Amino acid sequence: MLYREAGQFKSTYAEDQQIFPIRQDRIAVVLLLVVAFVVVPLVADQYWLSAILTPFLIFALAALGLNILTGYAGQLSLGTAAFMAVGAFMAYNFVLRMPWLGIIPSFILAGICAAAVGIVFGLPSLRIKGFYLAVATLACQFFVLWAIQRIGWFTNNSPSGVITAQTVEILGYTFDTPQSKYLLTLGIVAVLALLAKNLMRSETGRAFMAVRDMDVAASVIGIPMMKTKLLAFAISSFYCGVAGALYAYTYLGTVEPEAFTLDLSFRILFMIIIGGVGSILGSFLGAAFITLLPIFLNVLFGTASHTFGLEISHAIVSNVELMIFGGLIIFFLAVEPHGLARLWQIAKEKLRLWPFPH
Amino acid sequence: MKRTTIALALVAAAGFAGGVQAQAKEQFVPANFYWVGPYAPGGSGFGGGIIDYMAMLNERDGGINGVKLTWEKCETEYNNARGVECYERSKNKGSTGATVIHPLSTGITYSLIEKATADKIPVISMGYGRTDASDGRVFPYIFPLITNYWSQNTAKIKFIGVKEGGMDKLKGKKIVNLYHDSAYGKETIPVLDVQAQKYGFQITHIAVPHPGNEQQSQWLQIRQLRPDWVILRGWGVMNPTAIKTAARTGFPREKMLGVWWSGAEEDVIPAGDAAKGYYAAGFNIPGTHHPAMKDILKHVYAKGKGEFDDKSRIGSIYHTRGVVAGIVTTEAIRVAQAKFGKGKPITGEQMRWGIENLTLDAKRLKELGASDLMQPLKVSCKDHEGGGAVKFLQWDGKKWNVVSDWIESDQSIVRPMIEESAAQYAKEKGITPRDC
Repeated sequence: MLYREAGQFKSTYAEDQQIFPIRQDRIAVVLLLVVAFVVVPLVADQYWLSAILTPFLIFALAALGLNILTGYAGQLSLGTAAFMAVGAFMAYNFVLRMPWLGIIPSFILAGICAAAVGIVFGLPSLRIKGFYLAVATLACQFFVLWAIQRIGWFTNNSPSGVITAQTVEILGYTFDTPQSKYLLTLGIVAVLALLAKNLMRSETGRAFMAVRDMDVAASVIGIPMMKTKLLAFAISSFYCGVAGALYAYTYLGTVEPEAFTLDLSFRILFMIIIGGVGSILGSFLGAAFITLLPIFLNVLFGTASHTFGLEISHAIVSNVELMIFGGLIIFFLAVEPHGLARLWQIAKEKLRLWPFPH
Repeated sequence: MKRTTIALALVAAAGFAGGVQAQAKEQFVPANFYWVGPYAPGGSGFGGGIIDYMAMLNERDGGINGVKLTWEKCETEYNNARGVECYERSKNKGSTGATVIHPLSTGITYSLIEKATADKIPVISMGYGRTDASDGRVFPYIFPLITNYWSQNTAKIKFIGVKEGGMDKLKGKKIVNLYHDSAYGKETIPVLDVQAQKYGFQITHIAVPHPGNEQQSQWLQIRQLRPDWVILRGWGVMNPTAIKTAARTGFPREKMLGVWWSGAEEDVIPAGDAAKGYYAAGFNIPGTHHPAMKDILKHVYAKGKGEFDDKSRIGSIYHTRGVVAGIVTTEAIRVAQAKFGKGKPITGEQMRWGIENLTLDAKRLKELGASDLMQPLKVSCKDHEGGGAVKFLQWDGKKWNVVSDWIESDQSIVRPMIEESAAQYAKEKGITPRDC
């Protein structure tokens, strides 16, 4: 009833091709942005902002990066954490060695460095596909961490290999409160998500999808294989690199190379599998699921044992949390193999017919 | 399906809204440790010790001057992101917020340095964490109490010197530093290099990638080097693996010296007989013979409470280390209460004053029933370490035996390095060091 596009006529090409052709969608997106930019910083407390929402946005950005590569261009990668590491450590070095550059240009340059690394490790994708490519990108994961740990330049010769992010200052304003850090992260993520959404509707995005669906056919219709695949690697790594820089600057403040292990790459891969492969929204849903659910479970168990006065050993509780988390992943994948984004899509289709399904 | 989702969301929201209600006359100490994963023995043992000691004070004395100690567990999984989340969750609980944080992870300590300093909550990284935070002028809220990694390392070299028959005998000796390839593992490389120059021994640093359950190639390298001593700077599963692999390659365990994170029962028992003769450093003496431990057994475990279901872990290395952390924490609360009002909960800022003015001399330790458990401690505004001595233990196949007296660390090497490194940090971050 509410969600129906009947009566919305499009009289120009521009109207027909806008990102959200349905008016209700546009209102919803604007509302969401208003809530995220205005209401949340006013309402949420420090815990929510710095421990829940900021990491959620950062992981969503990394998942978005991987989704461009894996979901849209069909190239399986296990090097996400490595690209994030490149972003984090290069941002640190740009700010350290070229302080006049400013934070945002440093982040962009860090992203470009990650993109360059992505192109180099994307080269095998020209010859190999699927699981074999995943194995090749594993090399990237190990090589990048090895280089950061062994070459003192990356960490400014810190004896422990830990870098401490400098203060974030843009045009004289210091981002040091959780609110300002959240807003900075949100701003960057929103802009990049918008760019990604548009990119996927452009010629480049369609070329990515053609390569994903059948690369032989794509090359037959004239899509240059090398350019498209490497571009996918570059854009994806750029997103991951910026996410890594944000991880260091607006979230943890200090980073050690061990933060970017294979474990993190897998977590981000799980995010897009659960959220929805080949969907912008799915990256956000998946990141929310993977980063927030363990914390919810933890808090839930804490409260449950307080309210009911249960005397369960904490070791058991901690392990049960992991089991439930694993169980829920399997449950959601069994119920909807196409991810949470697909559930949302189904809900939307049903809403269009509601309340008269026939 | 939809209904389950909504129900789930509601329950979860209730979980966030809930939590412990603030009450007067309570002192909240977060228990952010880890009970799962490869490092769970350390996390649950240490956490169990600190909680058991606080529970004992509540049962025996009714808290500290009538202020009950409260705590809430939060699972950090030894993961920085989760550790920060636990910190943010716990910092405003209780009537005065979190009193003090024990991150029990070098990585989490690093992540909390700036946050805790901004929130005015002291971080006690007892025997781990950022070494140069011992310079309290630059790091007002960070306390690597008792002994930091560098101090401990100089004591280890001294111990090797004693075993070799004098420090001058170290000349020309070969020592291998087998380290866990992480921030924690790399922390002692600079101080070893300095000592190698000073005493004329040859040092080789060999990294073991996390988690360290495969060390064939590293030990092959050690075999080719034929070192006189191997310093094991391991953590978790890396330790028994190193000992077992040493046995297989024929390296004598009597020439292996572990850091204190490599010297618990959990590190040697899995290695079986191979661990016999292995040395490790320690700043706490295990056992249940200490009067403080007896009180824990009497007031906590005898009443069916206590953190361990497995009673054999009571009095283990990690457990007693947690008890030492409990003593340091509660004594600092006592000092702060004496200054800011007896019988009143203190804030994090007052707690910092308490830790900085903490003196545990031999007399006080005797009153606490911990004379043999730990060393005397004197913290100051400038010196956030306060102790600096290490005892060495040897595993005889069944238990850890103390084989040395308190060996003082060499502050003539460590302190200038700490001050230099802290000054560099201050410069990088634009901090003006306090005047102490």
